[in-house]
Parts: sequence; C-alpha cells; structure tokens
Amino acid sequence: MRIDKLAPALAALAVLALPLAAFAEEGASFPPAGNDIRNRASLQRGARNFMNYCSGCHSAKFVRYNRVATDLGIPDAELKANLMFTSEKSYETIKIAMPAEDAKKWFGTSPPDLSLIARARGSDYLYAFLRSFYADASKPTGVNNTVLAGTAMPHILADLQGVQSAVFKTEPGEGGAAKSEFEKFELAQPGTLSPEKYDDFVRDTVNFLQYIGEPIEVERRDLGVWVMLFLLVFTAFSYLLYKEYWRDVH
Amino acid sequence: MGTESDVKAQGAGLWGWITERFPIDEMLREHVTEYWTPKNFNFWYIFGVISGFVLVLQLATGMFLTMSYKPSAAEAFGSVEYIMRDVEWGWLIRYLHSTGASAFFIVVYLHMFRALLYGSYRAPRELVWIFGMVIYLALMAEAFMGYLLPWGNMSYWGAQVIVSLFGTFPIIGNALVEWIRGDYYISDITLNRFFALHVAVIPIVLVFLALAHILALHKVGSLNPDGVEIWDETNERGIPKDGIAFHPYFTVKDLFYISCFMLLFCGIVFFAPTLNGLFLEPPNFEPANAMNTPPHISPVWYFTPFYAMLRAVPSFAGTQVWGVLVMFAAIALLFFLPWIDRSPVKSIRYKGPITKVALGVFVVTFVVLGVCGMKPAVGIYPLLAKIFTVLYFVFFLLMPWYSRIDSVKPVPKRVTYHAH
Repeated sequence: MRIDKLAPALAALAVLALPLAAFAEEGASFPPAGNDIRNRASLQRGARNFMNYCSGCHSAKFVRYNRVATDLGIPDAELKANLMFTSEKSYETIKIAMPAEDAKKWFGTSPPDLSLIARARGSDYLYAFLRSFYADASKPTGVNNTVLAGTAMPHILADLQGVQSAVFKTEPGEGGAAKSEFEKFELAQPGTLSPEKYDDFVRDTVNFLQYIGEPIEVERRDLGVWVMLFLLVFTAFSYLLYKEYWRDVH
Repeated sequence: MGTESDVKAQGAGLWGWITERFPIDEMLREHVTEYWTPKNFNFWYIFGVISGFVLVLQLATGMFLTMSYKPSAAEAFGSVEYIMRDVEWGWLIRYLHSTGASAFFIVVYLHMFRALLYGSYRAPRELVWIFGMVIYLALMAEAFMGYLLPWGNMSYWGAQVIVSLFGTFPIIGNALVEWIRGDYYISDITLNRFFALHVAVIPIVLVFLALAHILALHKVGSLNPDGVEIWDETNERGIPKDGIAFHPYFTVKDLFYISCFMLLFCGIVFFAPTLNGLFLEPPNFEPANAMNTPPHISPVWYFTPFYAMLRAVPSFAGTQVWGVLVMFAAIALLFFLPWIDRSPVKSIRYKGPITKVALGVFVVTFVVLGVCGMKPAVGIYPLLAKIFTVLYFVFFLLMPWYSRIDSVKPVPKRVTYHAH
C-alpha cells in the first residue's frame, strides 16, 4: 500500500487524537452529576431551588426571568409569585441586591455570578462541590469543602443536608512525613432531606445551572439532527453529481 | 475581443454589454472553465478549496458578530453572552465563527502537509508556497487577536503570556511590549487595537494574499500526486493531456468534499461546540480578571506545537529569548522548504525510504509537540518537548542532505489515473 493512500486514515486519526488529548487534560475528575437538561420538571425544581437558595447572594446577570419562564414552561403569574422576589420586571436579568463591597466585607470575596458557572467548571464539579461541605470549626463559616478547600461560601444548604463531618486517614507521604488524606463523609447531624433526596435536590439545581449556562443547548442539539440529515442527503446528491461528471474522465 | 463579431459571439444584452467593458469572460476562462487541472488529484487536494471556503465563512460570520459585539473591556464579555442569548441566531453565528477558527487551522495544516507529501513547493512553485506561508503567519496573527476579543480569562492571560514573549528581546523588549499593548498591561486599549486589526486590517491582508496565492498557482499550474508536469504532454489543441477543466470537474468534486467537511464541521458546531474544552476553553467562560490567573495557561491547540518548543528551551545567559528565537525559527524554516528539498523527484511516491521515515517522524513530532504544549510542564512532558523540538529541527536542517542521497524510483511521463 502506498504511503499516500494510507495517509487519509492517519490524518483522521490525528484529528481524532486531539479531543482525546483534551479529555486527558482535565485535572481532577468528578463522578457524573447525572442531570438531564431535557427533564423539564427537574429544571423547574432547579429554578425554584436557585431562586430560593442561591439568588440571595449570587446573580445570574445574563439570564432573563422571562426567558427562563418561556423555556421551562412556567406561566407568567407563577413566575412572578414564586420565583421573583424583587421588584424587577420579568424581562430583566437576575441581579442581586447585595453590593459587592459589602459582600467583600462579609465573605472576603464577592459571590461569583452563576450565569456561566456550569460552563466554566462543569456540572459534575458543581454536583460534587454542593455535596462536599463538612464541619470545620477553624473556618469563619464553620464549614470547609473537599472540592474547593477554604471556600468562602457558607453551607447554605445545611438545613437540607444536615452537617457532615469529614474522616481523614493518615498515610505516610513522601519522605516519611505523614500526609492526611480525605477518606469519607459521615452525617453528623441529619437535615430535613434524606441523603438521596438531598442528592436529587442538588442534581436539579445543577441541571438548572447547566441550562442557564447555555439556554439554547437543547434547541441546538435538536436542530443539529435536522442539519445533519439535510447534509447527509445533500452529500449523497453531490456525490452522485460528482460521479456523473467524472464518468467522462478517462 | 473588441471587434463587432466578437461582441456578437458573446451575446448581446446586459452580459454582452458587461463583457465588452470588463474582462469577466477572460477571467472565468483563465481561472475556472479553462484552468487545466491534473485529473489525478486525490483526497489531499481538497484542503485548498476548503480553506477558501472557511475564509469566506469566517468573513461572513465575523461581519454578523461585529454588529453586536462591543470592543471594550467593560462590555466585551457581556456582549458575547448577549450574542449567545438574546441575538436571533447569535449562538449559531458565534459557534460557526469559533469552530471556524479551529477548522481553519486543521484544513491549513492538512493543506501544508499535502505540499510536504508531493513537493508542491518545488520550482517553479516557490512563490505559491511563500504566499501560502505568509497567509499562515497572517492567520496566526488573526487567530491570536481574535482570541482576546471575548475577553474571557483565558483570552486575557493567553494574550498576556504571548505578548510578554516580545519582552525577552534584549534592550528593546520592554518598549516593544508596551508598544504592542499600548499600555502597561493588557487593557481596554489593547482590546480596541486588537479588534481593529482583527476585523479590518488582517482580513483584508488575508483576502489579498489568498488571491496572490491562487494567481501564482494559476501562473505555473497545479502539481499533482505524481509530481509530473502535465504541461510537458499536450494534445494538438495545446491542452495538457492529463488536464481537465476546473469547472465543471473540480467544482462538482469540491462541492462533494465541502459537504463532507460541513458534516464534520456541523457535527462539532451543533453537538460539541467547545469540543471538550479544546475549541472553547472552560476558563474563557469567566470574564478577564487580572487578579485571578487560571491554574494552567495554554494557548489554543493550533499554537501548542510552537508553544511547546518555546518552553522546551531553557533560559541561558540570563535571558529566555532563546526559546522565543527557537519558536520563530521553527516557523521561519518552513519558508526555505523549496530550497532545502534537494530530491531529484517531487512526489513522495517516487522518493526513497529515508524521506518517508523522516516525514512520518515529522508528523509524529508535530502531534507530540502539540500535546506537550497543551499539558502543564510537569512529568514526562518537558523531556518529550525537548526531544521532539530537536527532531523538528533535524527534519528540516538535514533535509538538504538526506533528500539528495535518498534513493528514488523512476517517475512516469504521464500521471497515474484509474477512471472511476
């Protein structure tokens, strides 16, 4: 086989290798969040969770209330009664009342805007983060987090989850110095939700965060199927045209 | 032309009126309907046309993005999200443009590889190659400046790192960096000038260079996978025996391959526009923040082979300029290909084993360097980067020697072609 006949296959392999390389690049990986952006009920619950628990401190300044309502099938009256706690108009974006300077004073940092948090960090990361708070008396908030050590965020969902304590095991590290490594969580004080229900609660919330990160995602994928079908048909016809013309070439 | 009978032959009406005043007929004949193209073009010959297609795609989508984008440090990031969320079909335009940037480099790299395979740069096609290389340089500048515009955190820090490379030059370094940024740091001013260059200056340069590239090609004629000159064998009408008209034969062929390309391209646009963080990097979904450095800064994938070479060279005599020089030299060497390839034959088909192995090693080298440039400089990667940087240069610097001593097979008088 001639080298230049083999070459297209090699090139295809090289192109395929690129995303694989990126795949391997991601440092810490987290177990899948298992959320589904096509699950509208989950997204609606997520919207409720977000507005009730997150939006006190976190803005979503690129997200319009009415876009959320339209996309998730929430009637206008329900939107205003249950999801909008401020005097904003429904075409406005989700802002917070807390001034950034005050936030800095209270938390040492201002809470990040959550519009794109799922795109910047990934849904799996958020799912792990919200389930990894544990009691740590040395911190001003009384909690720490195994996913983001020293986080300034208090465990706002402690009522629901309860209080976890982290169990560390001591292992001999390099050079003989003992190294403490996280082993597991223990539920020191149960919350109002069972661990399974709490996971569902977080999954719905993360689902909503993924949705607001890219509201068009579902439509993009659905449209993509039609685009691919069209292109397949077009490619087939252009192939026939190509072969028809090239019959003359000897 | 000009005589009355000619005008009649060209037809009356508007078309006749135009052709009498503008050489559209001659141009179409010279470059399209009577541009005699070797019939034995294979898969590797589709990427030139596809590059042109992507250029047009980038110009068109870029124009629409410009209508809604705000080139200011305060508004840029938000305006991109506005395009993604509020502008009708803005998300599609933006994804086409961001995916188009990466696609451009993929097809250009494959197009350049084709030249390596079949000696497309050999005399008398040196200028075709030189124009192509200048296009490649302009494309790198275009991509680098465009990458700052979304004003994400990776945009910011990527620009910071790349611009500061110029600071390694002795004496003029600091002044040079300030001159590029227009400020003491990457700021609103930098963003504005990068925008101006990205949307006005470089696209015009690219379009003119692309035209020069094609005109130079059409002056000397296309080479082919056999590396034989089709004009050496002409028929009684003075047309190459192995040449066929670009239109309709290659227009229909390219139409088919462009649809194949669009299948792959739209697969990414609609189902994986970030391509797992490769085409759109996660830190770029956070706005630029001078106080918050991303944990691992790396340029977009198409620059990483050169970035790996930059990092592979240690600082010496108190300066890091050597890495920068090596990186520039890696690109500069490509310009000399027409003169350092001394093989008596052009196409890889008739070259010997040394050249084939060298080219194979070079492909592996380029991919490995690309991966090294993406990874943090820890573990095995710094060593790999050093080894393959040396191999990259060996491929070019030893070429005058190994291309001459390598065995060759006899080149046929006519192209090899099997009818469909």
